[in-house]
Amino acid sequence: MTRKRRRLYFVVLGLLAVGTAAALVLSALRQDIVFFFSPSEIVEAKVPTEGRRIRLGGLVEQGSVVKDGASVKFRVTDGAHVVPVVYAGLLPDLFREGQGVVTEGKLGKDGVFQAAEVLAKHDENYMPKEVADSLKKSGHWQDEKKVDKP
Amino acid sequence: MIAEIGHFALILALAVALIQAVIPLVGASRGNATWMGLAGPASVAQMLLVGIAFAALTHAYMTSDFSVLNVAQNSHTDKPMLYKVTGVWGNHEGSLLLWITILALFGLAVTLFGANLPPGLKARALAVQAMITVGFLLFILLTSNPFERLDPPPMNGSGLNPLLQDPGLAFHPPFLYLGYVGFSMAFSFAIAALIEGKVDAAWARWVRPWTLAAWIFLTLGIALGSWWAYYELGWGGWWYWDPVENASFMPWLAGTALLHSAVVVEKRDSLKSWTILLAIVAFGLSLLGTFLVRSGVITSVHAFATDPARGVFILGLLIFAVGGSFTLYAVRAPSLKTGGLFAPVSREGALLLNNVLMATGAGTVLLGTLYPLFADALDLGKVSVGPPFFNSVFLPLMVPMVLAMAAGPLLSWKRGDLAGVLSRLSVAAVAALAVALATWLWQGGSAGPWWAAGGMALAVWLLGGTIVEWAERIRLFRAPLAESLERMGKLPRSSWGMTITHSGLALLIIGMTASSAWKLESVQTQKLGETITVAGYAFTLTQVEDINGANYLATQGTFKVTKDGQDFAILQPEKRVYRQPPRPTTEAAIVSTILGDVYAVIGDAVPEGGWVTRLYFNPLVPWMWAGCLVMVLGGLMSLSDRRHRIGAPTRARAAVQAAKA
Repeated sequence: MTRKRRRLYFVVLGLLAVGTAAALVLSALRQDIVFFFSPSEIVEAKVPTEGRRIRLGGLVEQGSVVKDGASVKFRVTDGAHVVPVVYAGLLPDLFREGQGVVTEGKLGKDGVFQAAEVLAKHDENYMPKEVADSLKKSGHWQDEKKVDKP
Repeated sequence: MIAEIGHFALILALAVALIQAVIPLVGASRGNATWMGLAGPASVAQMLLVGIAFAALTHAYMTSDFSVLNVAQNSHTDKPMLYKVTGVWGNHEGSLLLWITILALFGLAVTLFGANLPPGLKARALAVQAMITVGFLLFILLTSNPFERLDPPPMNGSGLNPLLQDPGLAFHPPFLYLGYVGFSMAFSFAIAALIEGKVDAAWARWVRPWTLAAWIFLTLGIALGSWWAYYELGWGGWWYWDPVENASFMPWLAGTALLHSAVVVEKRDSLKSWTILLAIVAFGLSLLGTFLVRSGVITSVHAFATDPARGVFILGLLIFAVGGSFTLYAVRAPSLKTGGLFAPVSREGALLLNNVLMATGAGTVLLGTLYPLFADALDLGKVSVGPPFFNSVFLPLMVPMVLAMAAGPLLSWKRGDLAGVLSRLSVAAVAALAVALATWLWQGGSAGPWWAAGGMALAVWLLGGTIVEWAERIRLFRAPLAESLERMGKLPRSSWGMTITHSGLALLIIGMTASSAWKLESVQTQKLGETITVAGYAFTLTQVEDINGANYLATQGTFKVTKDGQDFAILQPEKRVYRQPPRPTTEAAIVSTILGDVYAVIGDAVPEGGWVTRLYFNPLVPWMWAGCLVMVLGGLMSLSDRRHRIGAPTRARAAVQAAKA
């Protein structure tokens, strides 16, 4: 075993691992990443594939939350358009009407978003960045008032 | 007054760090012993000054001194004392101060325990350590001063995020930081070695225990964070592939690889430049982790900083540290002498395979974590990269690694006999296949996920291989029992450490596989007296009452849980609303058994009567926590090995000299 052969072994091993990883990453990037859409993009049918897992984000419309046993219906808005959402599960602690929300799931044929997850936020002052950006785009962004510091 | 002393101490510490970063380095290149010797006292002064600053901030928190802005924003008089103290690092400024305190502590450790280090290496390593300190002190003093005053002081503070008011999370940051910052030791020594152009077994002997210590802390820190997420977020999950989790996991992967490649440097004087590279990468990833979670690039419970200046500063620091060391590496690494040769099939080969897979794994996690940032910057759409991505990319890479893990320790150094090793492992293979078959039948074939049997088999293969290696070392059943016991007593602690840690990983894999594959969950509206059965456990909601906590109000549900008609446990989950800041949290109630966790969460009241409840059976989750603890225990065992102890080389040298005389 010479130095050169060892180096060759090292290189082959590295290429093999990196190659495998690259193949896995490329296939996963096609299937396993989740795109984010605003209600406007969904209503204007900009969503490419039906039945694919996507994220929908916006504000929970005031007065839209209806609890029906363990499942809950609400509407997500970006000021311009509204998408109805159905979710069976326990809502995160900080879910509230008028607040930003991100849901993940699939868009049904009837236009109702079947949420598999409503994302937990850790902090009530926090607006998901995607939501803030899409609100800015639709022109309904108001700078969140600063929380009163005593 | 005390806050000003703290602030002043930090400024003095910066001055000391500047001196420590320059003079010893110049001294080492000129061979000036006095200049080199300055590093020692400087590191002691550093620790004292930073310690004073830390104590000053802690004092402000304990006495609720709201004239300090940081305290006013993050504390409250109603908070229990424990959370007043842990609140010190429950915010951006304080957590950075903790970072620097730990860094100073490690610097002090070099001085205290490094009496037998070559003076040049020690001086240079301490200088590099001081450069990191300078960076972070500048960061804290210029952008995040924890001692800023507030005038007039408010009557009371805004309180600490209730999610952080929890024993699991109170100690998660210090352990994580001990791990992150612990890798700075390997980093400083790697840079010092690059400057000197010399890496040898003595270098590795010094770096190994520190890397091991950092690894132990990081393992514990990650486990604590995961445990916290499991019981506090009330979702029954323990790992979300969240960017902040990945930020701590990447240094862990690189650190684990470093730990193994340092063995090769020490034992075989090989893989030197690779080890140096890993040391740089491990600390680089720690810095990146700090950047990701502290800069606000990624929003989460960790992102305290919203000031863009801070993000830019850390990014600059990161680029300087990582870019600078890579440049140094590119210039100096080719001059490092390559050491012992080995065949592809050998202990070194197996360790190298482990390294390559760990590094590739860390690379894919890095890619997945940063991809959304790139996609957003390049206008490829807004994406989130979550569990599906990591499960289908990272896990396949770990399968060959675990497969090789069982065989690696059985291979001999330099040139191994793979066929022989595999035949010695036939017991493990048979056990793994049997478990796979049993798992498949138990879950009803394709009724359960296909990978469950694979995961179980993998864990049993690893456990089996580890036990076979241990049994061979003590010649169990081959020699009389008394001889085996005697051999067991003489087994070096580092070898015990390997056996224990690898077994811990096997337990961890069992727990992760089972809880991911067979988790049972039931979400419903439950009225008083109603019974819901999950996995044979009957949950009856017997009572719901409002209770008054120290600084919160809570709705507490009482579930009477029976199994097969027998009383099993009373579970009392809570939904709390904290007074300051007014924020709700979920407190799950969990009873652990060896087979799994019985887990209950109570939600909001439903207008028609009843409450939304979420009931789980999470199989084998306690095995995961046990696995983490066993891994930590194995690390500690290895750390206590006489050969790893810091003074050991001196004694060995003295013994050699005595023998010569």
